[in-house]
Amino acid sequence: MSPGEVCLRVPRSLAAHLGDATEVRLPLPADATVRGVLDALTGAHPGLDRRVRTEAGELRRHVNVYVDGEDVRRTGGLDTAVPAGAEVQVLQSIAGG
Amino acid sequence: MSLPPLVEPAADLSIDEVRRYSRHLIIPDVGMDGQKRLKNAKVLAVGAGGLGSPVLMYLAAAGVGTLGIVEFDTVDESNLQRQIIHGQSDVGRSKAQSARDSVKEINPLIDVRLHETRLDSENVLEVFADYDLIVDGTDNFATRYLVNDACVLLDKPYVWGSIYRFDGQVSVFWNEHGPNYRDLYPVPPPPGMVPSCAEGGVLGVLCATIGAIQATEAVKLITGIGETLLGRLMVYDALEMTFRTIKVRKDPEGEPITGLIDYETFCGVVSVEAQEAAAGSTITVDELKDMMDAGKDFALIDVREPNEYEIVSIPGSVLIPKDEILSGRALAQLPQDKPIVIHCKTGVRSAETLAAVKAAGFKDAVHVQGGVTAWATRIDKALPTY
Repeated sequence: MSPGEVCLRVPRSLAAHLGDATEVRLPLPADATVRGVLDALTGAHPGLDRRVRTEAGELRRHVNVYVDGEDVRRTGGLDTAVPAGAEVQVLQSIAGG
Repeated sequence: MSLPPLVEPAADLSIDEVRRYSRHLIIPDVGMDGQKRLKNAKVLAVGAGGLGSPVLMYLAAAGVGTLGIVEFDTVDESNLQRQIIHGQSDVGRSKAQSARDSVKEINPLIDVRLHETRLDSENVLEVFADYDLIVDGTDNFATRYLVNDACVLLDKPYVWGSIYRFDGQVSVFWNEHGPNYRDLYPVPPPPGMVPSCAEGGVLGVLCATIGAIQATEAVKLITGIGETLLGRLMVYDALEMTFRTIKVRKDPEGEPITGLIDYETFCGVVSVEAQEAAAGSTITVDELKDMMDAGKDFALIDVREPNEYEIVSIPGSVLIPKDEILSGRALAQLPQDKPIVIHCKTGVRSAETLAAVKAAGFKDAVHVQGGVTAWATRIDKALPTY
């Protein structure tokens, strides 16, 4: 990863909403938070944003977001800081057996 | 997290058992002590399907003395792509009985107990009570929250595994010593948001990868060796061939679990919006056939995915995947001047789509109960189901 970039990862079940990729790298947005990263992606990948955030812009309760392995619900939610070089990981509950 | 052994050792092993388990006995970390603990262990597998198959077969082979199987379903041909505990001659049989026959063939020395019932809030505590450890391999959110809450109430550990297409997730939950399932996922996804394996498919061999990890964790918990997955979630991607580990902590804001609830309502099969939209706007496949035979002018919209449409479709239907309509992109393709009939595979996605179509102002719209599956079983039996 180049300096000043962040990496967003999604499970394969959401890859269709990220241009068939499970990982995308993007320049660290001016708003260096989880919200800022999602805002930076929503233009190109509106489907992914709908899966992660509600119409009201809140994090969906069944979707977990981790910044460098820490659950953002414990660290300020969408306001959680995303430093350069960080990995933002989206995780979705599945139930198949 | 390292934990003390869950089970006390049995008094001894027979000569037959020493011969059978010799490859365990010569591992110093397992040894006679560990094997006697396995012999004394009572493990309950919830579901004898994709995950339950490898879990039951390996735990039987490993010498877990008592294996319980909760399963109400019968073996279907579409199970055999992944549920390797069942075979061709088992199609139509009770899955619980078929699974028992397979594990008894692997290891006749163990005791197998069948619970041929659908697990619910009324029976779960009684069914779980006698077991040391639960292994969750069910296929729906409602049963998963039920299993979790019952384990919390009974202070029991359980091994949780979940699969979808190429994705697997696996962890150990034990509220007394670490997080439970609700600390990871406090609520289920809204109905229709995350498809089931029946709707979205699953790579058969994924069951082996995740089920084998579940069985490994069960052996470690019983014998008290190694670091368990308690407090960690393993996330597997079969296409990338990667395992990632995520820390799971107790949720400080988590509501304490004090009793069982109505899990069907908690998880919903279809959303409230879809239920309201479908009320009075649902037709059967027989009614759809009548409309066709009468030459009625309407648009039949199939909201499944293109690869499903390739497998089987209803004649005259036009494919517009659900997400295209829900996002608003495909609303312009819907006719304004004639009735709209929406269908999917079973009627869940079509009900969700119907709610969006009605909300967009299309008043003359209905959906088809049972979808293309009902069409293939009632109207045109030459068509395949999947």
